[in-house]
Amino acid sequence: MLLIHCPYCGEERPEVEFRQSGEAHIARPQNMADITDEEFEAFFFLRDNPKGVTFERWRHVHGCARFFNAARDTVTDKILMTYKAGLPKPDITLPEKTLALTVDPGVSGRSLLPGDAK
Amino acid sequence: MAETASRLPVIAGARYAKGRASVSVAPPAARLSLRAPSESVAALSKALGVALPEKPKTSITKGDVHALWLGPDEWLLIGPDGHDFAGALAKVAAFHSAVDISHRNAALMVEGAGAADALNAGCPQDLNLSAFPAGACSRTLMGKTEIVLLRLAEHAFRVEVWRSFAPYAFDFLEDAIKRDW
Repeated sequence: MLLIHCPYCGEERPEVEFRQSGEAHIARPQNMADITDEEFEAFFFLRDNPKGVTFERWRHVHGCARFFNAARDTVTDKILMTYKAGLPKPDITLPEKTLALTVDPGVSGRSLLPGDAK
Repeated sequence: MAETASRLPVIAGARYAKGRASVSVAPPAARLSLRAPSESVAALSKALGVALPEKPKTSITKGDVHALWLGPDEWLLIGPDGHDFAGALAKVAAFHSAVDISHRNAALMVEGAGAADALNAGCPQDLNLSAFPAGACSRTLMGKTEIVLLRLAEHAFRVEVWRSFAPYAFDFLEDAIKRDW
């Protein structure tokens, strides 16, 4: 079972107590009535789907019930850090070893095996 | 004259014991869900006569009233049946929200040397005494239902569960005790 550190409870708690709640740090436009449909679409529907570090909102729904933010590596599913809601997006630099995992070697990255299409 | 509806307690008097643990239904109790910012805590604690805990996963017991920390601005108060929490807070001017939930919950008592093991059959939290000492409390899960768990003593737990989930929670614990998990 994955353990997730809740910044409000101050300890690691089992994953089943949490819910993921989409991408973090999405600013709601202040002039909602004036923006174009395209701008609204970008705010409301379009989300990043990065390979590597992503910032997500999580909720400790079966615990303190608070929303907080987490930085997660989508390749390793490792939660790199969690922090309270409202704090600015932290600067995350992955260590070399983890970075290597996020680089897709593709087919060219391995030598051909017998039976491979040339 | 119109007949008034009377409230029936859920699975009243149920009890199961085997081997190292037992589960029983606690008598009815008064409960209050309290939400308030930290600036209001002092005034609320004074009016209630019990200090609201401000540390995560802790509770404070004074006499027969328990105050449980559930979140940074949320507490659950449990007292004997008929205890007037709302009356105590009626004159508090500090900003807060208090909702009587006496009849929303039922409580199960899980006792005995195997109590923590029985709960851990469905509760994912670490119930070792070092991680969850007497007095510790937390909202968490047990099987498919959300519970509020309060450790009264090393071998005694109070499980607060929503009323309609109480038969499920009781059966779950009965099964866990039966199998001595």
